[in-house]
Amino acid sequence: MTQVVVDRHAAAAGTEGFLRQQRPRHAERVVKAVLFLAALVSVATTVGIVVSLFYPAAQFFSAVPLKQFLFGTTWSPTFNDPQFGVVPLVLGTLLATLIASIVALPLGLGSAIYLSEYAHPKARSVLKPTLEVLAGIPTVIYGFFALTFFTPVLRWIIPGDEIPTIYNTLSAGLIMGVMIIPTVASLSEDAMAAVPQGLRAGAFALGSSRRQVSTGVVVPAALSGIAAAFILGISRAIGETMIVVLAAGLQPNMSLNPLQFHETMTAFIASTAGGDIATGTTIYKTIFAVGALLFVFTFVMNMLSIRLVRKYREVYE
Amino acid sequence: MSVDTTAVSHDPIGESVPQRPLVGASGSGWRERGFKYLLWFSLAVGIVTLATLLVYVLVKGWPRLDPRVLTNMPSAILPDRAGAQSAIMGTLWLMVFTALFALPTGILTAVYLEEYADPSRWWNRMIEVNLMNLAAVPSVVFGILGLAFISRGLGLGPTILTGSLTLALLVLPVVVIASREAIRAVPSSIRQGSLALGATQWQTIWRQVLPAATPGMATGSILALSRAIGEAAPLIILGVSFVTFNPNGLTSRFTALPVQIYDWTTQSRTEYLVLAAATSVVLLVILLAMNSVAIYIRNRTQKRR
Amino acid sequence: MTAVTDQTSTVQVSEVIHDDPSRVDVIPVIETKNLTVSYGDYQAVRDVDMVFGKNQITAMIGPSGCGKSTVLRCFNRMNDLVPGARVDGTVTYHGQDLYASDVDIIEVRRRVGMVFQKPNPFPKSIYDNIAYGPRVNSWKVSSMDDLVEEALTKAALWDEVKDKLKTSALALSGGQQQRLCIARCIAVQPDVILMDEPAASLDPISTAKIEDLMQDLVRNYTIIIVTHNMQQAARVSDRTGFFTSDVDEAGVRHGRLVEMGSTKTIFTTPSDKRTEDYVSGRFG
Repeated sequence: MTQVVVDRHAAAAGTEGFLRQQRPRHAERVVKAVLFLAALVSVATTVGIVVSLFYPAAQFFSAVPLKQFLFGTTWSPTFNDPQFGVVPLVLGTLLATLIASIVALPLGLGSAIYLSEYAHPKARSVLKPTLEVLAGIPTVIYGFFALTFFTPVLRWIIPGDEIPTIYNTLSAGLIMGVMIIPTVASLSEDAMAAVPQGLRAGAFALGSSRRQVSTGVVVPAALSGIAAAFILGISRAIGETMIVVLAAGLQPNMSLNPLQFHETMTAFIASTAGGDIATGTTIYKTIFAVGALLFVFTFVMNMLSIRLVRKYREVYE
Repeated sequence: MSVDTTAVSHDPIGESVPQRPLVGASGSGWRERGFKYLLWFSLAVGIVTLATLLVYVLVKGWPRLDPRVLTNMPSAILPDRAGAQSAIMGTLWLMVFTALFALPTGILTAVYLEEYADPSRWWNRMIEVNLMNLAAVPSVVFGILGLAFISRGLGLGPTILTGSLTLALLVLPVVVIASREAIRAVPSSIRQGSLALGATQWQTIWRQVLPAATPGMATGSILALSRAIGEAAPLIILGVSFVTFNPNGLTSRFTALPVQIYDWTTQSRTEYLVLAAATSVVLLVILLAMNSVAIYIRNRTQKRR
Repeated sequence: MTAVTDQTSTVQVSEVIHDDPSRVDVIPVIETKNLTVSYGDYQAVRDVDMVFGKNQITAMIGPSGCGKSTVLRCFNRMNDLVPGARVDGTVTYHGQDLYASDVDIIEVRRRVGMVFQKPNPFPKSIYDNIAYGPRVNSWKVSSMDDLVEEALTKAALWDEVKDKLKTSALALSGGQQQRLCIARCIAVQPDVILMDEPAASLDPISTAKIEDLMQDLVRNYTIIIVTHNMQQAARVSDRTGFFTSDVDEAGVRHGRLVEMGSTKTIFTTPSDKRTEDYVSGRFG
């Protein structure tokens, strides 16, 4: 027979109606609302970007047919008989981007492989920040460097008939490529660092060399992250302004020759907006039309890059 | 007795497996070495270019690296008399107000995303994706945004307010990302301990999480600001250009170091190139100082742990 | 199953109630009935009926993974912080439903304090650690210094730190940090102190100090402790609940309470074979 006595009267003492919320938690709700508003600023920014680009762009396309814009090969908006074919600008952008990619993607990946798979921790702790410094130099200084140092060097290396013009896309593209190396390297290295050590250990244990492990195991395992890095690098090249403005020139050009000048989409936007253009004119609206096109390019690439980063993160987390 | 290490083993099927000698042959054949050199080359290109650029800018700007750069105003006609004071002051003003606009908003956004937002809700996921996208949007687009809404839209023109708002929006994603990392690094045991004592969520954040995350947020903010003051394209699009006076208020026109460098680089007379280089050195020195402070903060807090 | 009479009604208290040579008067501070805690679809612990007595140390023992900590965290509603956690059944505190909709969670956590397995002092000074609780609860204190001293004295830490109150709490040893956490908890004047394996990360000497402290504190507080150290439970507690886990038909493991009673009975004459196996060291 049990002898445990449970005294419930004594138990009820000491609660003093604490069920009622003594301190109304209004403050917490206010705080949460304020924080949410702060977070909405970023959303408002995107909405603002879309509106500020596409609304005037739409107005532009009521004056200039979309087909003529997208497929026309003459860009002379300021002339008496203005032509609004954007192909030369797109060509300039793509040419500069191509050259930059040829530099940035392999060298960025190579740097990343070295830092991730080969370098001693001490070397890494010096080299990685150095690369970050490369990324931190303002692009206007790169542009200055490209125009006043690198172009003369190029003109000295390639003399004669093929001598690059003072404004040339090769100079801009190469310097832009070097500037983008850290972006590609950093994201690629993150992707490679996420590859589990066990995979490497297994390969080494089978007698692979470091080269084989890096190229045969790590890079394929990190492929989606490396692809994301590449895409992000290309996107940066497409959006880069100061280097091409200063070094590639402000004249549209349909030639595929990188030793000549080209005007890119970004260069056009920068030079036109910075000039004396009256609000509301068609010229003014070209800024937004080209800007909208640029935004579409980079947006698509950024979204792709984000998807790929998610993919590689999912696999290992 | 010497050990024959070149033996050929016989597997049960009867075929022999050729083996490399155990001792003597190196695991690093020409393929290995060649690959390694390729990788060194990859790194070297970047580092050599960086070194060349820094040396070049310093050497080229050397003749004009004197107090005139700091004390004089830019002059379109007399390169000998020109200085960059208006640009330096403009950059400093821009830095202060960009910080004022970007840092609170960015930190509060980070707090919201890390401490309050339920990631299963679609609007919170959208905010996250949106931030990642904004971080990669070209700076010209931000310039267009500022142009359309603030400079021309509100009719303010290229003032300090316009410039700092535009740059604040540009670096907002960077501040958010850095602050989130810093907040995430605060151990959850601290949060649990605080809540178990009867603190509210906000009290826990304000009194425990944010103080602990401050060094990381400070480092991230400084890096975001150094990105902001190096930008020329958005300012140019806003209409910022050549001025010869220091800013005197939020509604004052201004110039900034990157814009001044651009301006002088595009002048026809070569003396201005020297000025451009000298001004570049000034900008680089400012950036170096800011980054050193950030690294100092980072190292100091890591040592304390 | 035997009925227990109390002053007002007949109530079945726990699954198995034991013969006890001495009468044990239990003034229930916290009671659970059919307590089930789920994370999403997974039921971590099921159908727990327990009574925790005022000014007693009640221990919850059993192998790891049986839901002891999960149950403990119901008593100060820390499970609310886990996304997808759901509590079914009732938990009452002094007779009031702890999970009623108008209950002030913040106040609950002040009254039902918690000491964690791994000491978690704030990265502040010792003084500020103790003062934190009163400050966030907006108490008007005539002398904070006195409050800090009293809390540290009750936690048997005052003599060791009285000269360095303003130094960082992180500089203390593990055992001292845990006593600091106890002092911090006491400073908000709780009614109940929950301890989740409080000495698990401490050396034997510090553990002994904590156990002595518990015996001291129980005169003024109600203490509920989760421990996987059986001997500790046998040493310090007045009553004990033994948990284990079952695997159901689908092969999913759930925790449950096997039996609860006075410590002496559980350890010497338990009713359930599983309890007997555990306390005699045959498994777990």
